Amino acid sequence: METKPSDFRVPDVYADWCAGCGDFGIMNALQMAFAELGLEPHRVVMVSGIGCSGKEPHNVKVNGVHTLHGRALPFAMGIKVANPELEVLAIGGDGDGLGIGAGHFVNAGRRNLDMTYIIHNNGVYGLTKGQASPTLQRNLQTKSLPKPNINEAVNPIGLAIISGYTFVARSYAYDVKHLTTTIKQAIQHKGLAFIDCLQPCPTYNDINTKDWYAGEDRKDANGKPQSRLYKLEETGFDPVVRDWKEDWQKKAAALEKAQEWGDRIPIGVFYKKEYESTFEDRIASRIPFYMSRPPAKQKLSNEKGISTVDLSEFLNGLKTS
Amino acid sequence: MDTAANIFGKACGYGGLYVFGRREYHSNIKGLHSYFHLRVAQKELLANVNDVNLLAAFDAETVVRHVPEVMPEGGIIVDAMEMDTKVLSIPTLPPEYRVELEKFMKENGIGETLKDILAYAEKKKVKVFPVPYRALLAKIGKNLNIPQLSKITRMINVLTIGVSFALLKYDKILVEKAVKATFPEKIAAMNVTALNEAYDYAVRTFKNNLNFKLEKTDVKEERIFVTGNQAVAMGKILGGCRVQTYYPITPAADESEYLEEHQIVKTGSEEEAIVVIQTEDEIAAINSASGAALAGARAATSTSGPGFSLMAEGLGWAGNSEVPVVVTYYQRGAPATGLPTRHGQADLRFAMHAGHGEFPRIILASGDIKECFYDAAKAFNLAEKYQMPVIHLIDKAMANCSQTYPVFPHADFKIDRGELLTEKDVEGKEYLRFRFTENGVSPRVPLGTKGGVHWYTGDEHNESGHISEEVPNRTMMMEKRMKKLLLVEKEVPVEDKMNFYGDKTSENVVVSWGSPKGAIIESINMLKEEGLYLGFLQMRMLHPLPVEHVKRYLAGRKRIIDIEDNYTAQLGGVIKEKTGITANFQILKYTGRPTTTTEVYNALKAILTGKALDRQVLTFGN
Repeated sequence: METKPSDFRVPDVYADWCAGCGDFGIMNALQMAFAELGLEPHRVVMVSGIGCSGKEPHNVKVNGVHTLHGRALPFAMGIKVANPELEVLAIGGDGDGLGIGAGHFVNAGRRNLDMTYIIHNNGVYGLTKGQASPTLQRNLQTKSLPKPNINEAVNPIGLAIISGYTFVARSYAYDVKHLTTTIKQAIQHKGLAFIDCLQPCPTYNDINTKDWYAGEDRKDANGKPQSRLYKLEETGFDPVVRDWKEDWQKKAAALEKAQEWGDRIPIGVFYKKEYESTFEDRIASRIPFYMSRPPAKQKLSNEKGISTVDLSEFLNGLKTS
Repeated sequence: MDTAANIFGKACGYGGLYVFGRREYHSNIKGLHSYFHLRVAQKELLANVNDVNLLAAFDAETVVRHVPEVMPEGGIIVDAMEMDTKVLSIPTLPPEYRVELEKFMKENGIGETLKDILAYAEKKKVKVFPVPYRALLAKIGKNLNIPQLSKITRMINVLTIGVSFALLKYDKILVEKAVKATFPEKIAAMNVTALNEAYDYAVRTFKNNLNFKLEKTDVKEERIFVTGNQAVAMGKILGGCRVQTYYPITPAADESEYLEEHQIVKTGSEEEAIVVIQTEDEIAAINSASGAALAGARAATSTSGPGFSLMAEGLGWAGNSEVPVVVTYYQRGAPATGLPTRHGQADLRFAMHAGHGEFPRIILASGDIKECFYDAAKAFNLAEKYQMPVIHLIDKAMANCSQTYPVFPHADFKIDRGELLTEKDVEGKEYLRFRFTENGVSPRVPLGTKGGVHWYTGDEHNESGHISEEVPNRTMMMEKRMKKLLLVEKEVPVEDKMNFYGDKTSENVVVSWGSPKGAIIESINMLKEEGLYLGFLQMRMLHPLPVEHVKRYLAGRKRIIDIEDNYTAQLGGVIKEKTGITANFQILKYTGRPTTTTEVYNALKAILTGKALDRQVLTFGN
């Protein structure tokens, strides 16, 4: 189907993010990615958690399910399992996915459902006025923190890799082109794809700002800012696992890259493995007709509305006569 | 132990007998005292009683604990090797029980060994049948060419069954049939050998045995021996449940495992299937079930109290977003971890009020295993028709009791999906998921419907499903959601909401819910034979409470007797709150063990003969 980014706009909804918020970039990238992939809006479901990022689905004209804090992944799983024909994207913040929802983050990796998970990573809880999120580095004191952050930061890329995500990438909300490409790759990936999307919070994170990412504080001899972000794909880094024998090697390489932070921050694809069975494959190995007649598409009754189920399989095991 | 009980139940069933079985076990894997209490009769049985006619023990503790329950002329089968066991030294006895036991032994002048306890029983005309299990096993091992006894010690349960049925003079062929139906072929053959060895040993050895016997009868109808867990699973399949999520918890998990085992079901010429997902926690369980429901599948989750506590937030989301999700809630001994493998009915108020804020929900409470089956199926019709979460309240007693029933008729079960639109209905029109309608129900499309892109949010929302905090919209949305409960009150037939048993015009009426039902019906039938008349109102829909019908049944009675397995008489409280009618007698039990017919009979009789306090607390059980 031919679609344009404008087909994915929601005219009736005012996007109530702060001026300069990275969420706008992510919204634009999502709309562009959907259009470029020619997705039909009704076939796409965006499932979000709570926080500024949770509002993302209201601003994109596909089905939107704005759920509970930390729970986007379980809802997304239920939707995808019930109807695997849907293109499901889970959307959340760093606190949402790596704090309150960390258990789901890890366990989703064990299942490898064919869907996409994008974390909006800005280091703070914006909607509750800027507390430290699980990705804020220790000892940093963003502007609304009464004291410097006492907790170590979690490493989202590393956690995704060791949890079993089969596509792990990072992008940047202000690089809409890179983000669009990354989202497209994630959607096209067969299996669970994770994108750690870095974004400034112009209101509460006064450390990891747009200027900080751009390296305005690190000018070269000619006065040109040295961006902290660099693209893995431009360094010849090969994230693709082609054979199970090289899986650990690729994981180790990706984990090493995931350690980089500070003056050099890699974006792009860290790890990609396509031969792993998806959760849908695993269900289909038990239920041969699962993909053609998934739970949401089964006929429950005959023309008279009577349940067509034959319980004899159950009853035979219980009969005493 | 479960296997033994199952074989016993099946063998009785093959002989046309009805069985009611209750399973009691500790929260451990093995070692602590577990038992199965079975009642057998030619007529249908609805509950447990206190008395025991034949006690079949694998170990000394079982004898010690249950000796007081064994009736005169009853029997005790015991391991001959345990005779010299010093009972106060049994390592699995909890200290507080040891004190009690010591007192009991002292008061009755009982010596320190099991033999002494049994001598005490014999004085009360109980017959003791010592069986040399190990010697029998050694002989069987030799016959089967298995020298290592440890490999066949598990067969002690079949030996006990053999001895039991021999003492009861029951047809051995039927027991063999039950053994064969329980095990895979090869193991069945071994167990049949063991069974015969034990049966024949008992016939040879115990000449002067029990003066009662178990007689088979001829039955034409097809019957099943079924647990509450199994009945719920079957009901869900019948009702169209196609996604079930769960996190392992007692006593709910057996249902999900049973569903997974029978995942593929026939539907005439085709097949359908239920996807069972074991999630990482109960939070994921309810929320993924809600997700599946939004995508158009009938979806449910199953849990007990601690799991439901974690589900509270998800339940509120489902109420706010009008999600047809079903939660099967097996109550167990609470609060906290409580009595994790025991029974309780203390979660009615929690089921009614879980979740912050106000949102509509339906609460169904089954009173027996048969109702578990139909309610499990109907829950999905209610959930989809009224677009709200349905909580199906069951309790551990029902979950783990086994009962004989004629096969549940189910050929005419109707699926009602409510206002579920398809692509054809919405194409080319503006679709609003939360459209304001007269009755509050907005026609629904599954996610993925062409022309039906829509939104959900846990925030207050407008008709499109986008966030809205506007005052008029908020007011209308609250009213839209809540007034669906009026529809439930109006449309759901009263026979799905309550049952009335016994004497309709009596000045005495019992009111209850859940598993005490069986004991209450048996008791009022027994009392009727003595000329004491009672009615019994069994509540099945607890929210929204059918207020007018409750009033109709309760108003003007002289004695209203509330029977519940909890401390605070929760149903009585709800009835008082909604109808202004107060139950003037309470019979309550919160030991973690189900209420028995013996207890209810005694407590009711005490009330009717003016000998009871307003509040009687029952404590029978082990």
